Amino acid sequence: MANKRRSVLGLFNDPGTAADGVEALQNAGFGANDFEILTGAPYPEGAFGEEPIKHRLYYFPLVGAVVGLSLALLATVGTQLSWPLVTGGKPVLAIPPMAIISYEGTMLGAILFTILGIVFESRLPRLGLGLYDARINEGKIGLLVACEPDQMGSAIDAMQGAGVFEIKQEEWEKA
Amino acid sequence: MQERREKTESQINTDLLSAMLDNHLWFWIVLAGLGLVILAGAAAAGYMFDRGLGVTGLNRPVFWGFFITNFVFWVGISHAGVMLSAILRLAQAEWRRPATRAAEVLTIFSLATALIFPLLHTGRPWRVFYWVGLPILPYDLSRGIFQNVRSALLWDPSAIFTYLTSSTLFVFIALVPDLAVARDRTTGWRRALYATLALGFRGNARQWRLQAIAGILLSALILPVFVSVHSIVSWDFAAAVSVEGWHQTIFAPYFVIGAVHSGVSGVVTAMILMAWLFKWQDYIRPEHFDALGRLLIVVATAWFYFFFIEFSFGLFSQEPSEIALRQTQVFGQPWGWMYLTFIMASYFIPVPLWMFRRVRRSLVLMFWTTILVNIGMWLERFLIIVPSLMRKQGLTFVWGDYNPSPIEVLLVAASFAVVLGGVLLFSKIFPLIPIYDAKEGKYIEAEIQVGRRTVPAVIREE
Repeated sequence: MANKRRSVLGLFNDPGTAADGVEALQNAGFGANDFEILTGAPYPEGAFGEEPIKHRLYYFPLVGAVVGLSLALLATVGTQLSWPLVTGGKPVLAIPPMAIISYEGTMLGAILFTILGIVFESRLPRLGLGLYDARINEGKIGLLVACEPDQMGSAIDAMQGAGVFEIKQEEWEKA
Repeated sequence: MQERREKTESQINTDLLSAMLDNHLWFWIVLAGLGLVILAGAAAAGYMFDRGLGVTGLNRPVFWGFFITNFVFWVGISHAGVMLSAILRLAQAEWRRPATRAAEVLTIFSLATALIFPLLHTGRPWRVFYWVGLPILPYDLSRGIFQNVRSALLWDPSAIFTYLTSSTLFVFIALVPDLAVARDRTTGWRRALYATLALGFRGNARQWRLQAIAGILLSALILPVFVSVHSIVSWDFAAAVSVEGWHQTIFAPYFVIGAVHSGVSGVVTAMILMAWLFKWQDYIRPEHFDALGRLLIVVATAWFYFFFIEFSFGLFSQEPSEIALRQTQVFGQPWGWMYLTFIMASYFIPVPLWMFRRVRRSLVLMFWTTILVNIGMWLERFLIIVPSLMRKQGLTFVWGDYNPSPIEVLLVAASFAVVLGGVLLFSKIFPLIPIYDAKEGKYIEAEIQVGRRTVPAVIREE
């Protein structure tokens, strides 16, 4: 059943006040999953007092390498055995050339899966931007809070107490 | 080292998007000029396809001439991207920031250009499908047989395909945050394009963290591919037992380090052009060329060491055919003056000059010395390929010569226009200096007081 949710975006002028905003939200009872910090540049992890990010990106290249190696072996061993024609006096399954193609296949698989992993773990692609402000890319720092309508007041109070520059709001339906 | 001017995020956006959003008359004039050279090259290629390879200077026994030289040269230039971008990212070298994307983009265009030359060399490129085929499907469905993985002709495309795909995706992933900036700064069709390509990137902590890890992880994964590509290109030669001067165990590392030498020089040339044309002197500063100059001294000397080993160990065996080849290369004409130009241009002129700080910090001198390196490195590939093939057979009556035809000269000129035009067009559509990287540099750098000196300090994340 759909129920109404609110998004509140607070824009801060500098990292210091934004970090104060994060602290104020935490003190007001908002958890790590209730708000996001939006910036136009990568800040050192933990600059705003946020929790470290958990991800599974490192598994992607490993899986990709196995898939790539399997396909490369299929393309080398499988195809040569299906038509065992001796050329240049070399064995049908010649190790050095098979190693080259298998190596490239393994690396290609690992890299392709890493790219997929980066996109997936970044929670992209995202169809709409939701509540957003283009000034975030001009130096403002955004604190985006998703909450129930009755929590909105405390989110706004927390951000105002920390010295927010501007606040924007949006209402949306949660499935 | 730190000579930056303090800029706001908004100023950085304006400066680095200026190449994309501002209209410069010179841009269209240069692009039109390059377009004309490309058209001339296309006409030459069309003529060659119509008349056959007889219109080139290729003839028995020299069947690898300008086309294969140019192929090896552009594969070499393509090594700039990963060498600079990946190694400097992994080493967290602070001065990498303005250089990485230019290096990666140069990789993509030079690699794509390199791929054209073996196709041209076949004379009938549409038939290449029959030797390469698709990765899984049989290359000739009517007979049900597959491509021959034992042929070196398949190793090159597989390595280059892997490198080109990886480099292109690497550039794309690193572009996503900058595409979000372009999305927020543009309107109309441009906004629609950048919004689609930015994939909905908003710059939350998770996305930035993943970006940082992606830079390191992809660098680490692409580095081994980069080494394999030029190694495999070198094996096109080294695996040929019958050609004097080619069958060398040292060729793979020798080619890789030579590629790095010409590639890094190519990036320096491109960066200087960017600083001049787009007036990015606040971002591409003398300190960057100082660091790149020092790197080039190390790379050039390592390359010279391999060159010396390759040359001297060939002579050490006292084999008459090897000595005859070296005599042709060094003393035979016109090869002799080319050899002298190659060795002077690649090492003995630039490296002593780079020893001086004043030279390393001079854009004009760095521009010309790096151009010189690439003239030398092009000649190096030419001198490896042609004299060896001329003396391929033991009997003198089958020795031959090679005179490139205007068709080949035009196609080589067009390849330079394709790479330059490609990078120039890229700069019109995408930011050529990573915007977010420039901003990050601003946030993690500071000045600290040590006694009576103020020195730069950089925050480095583990």
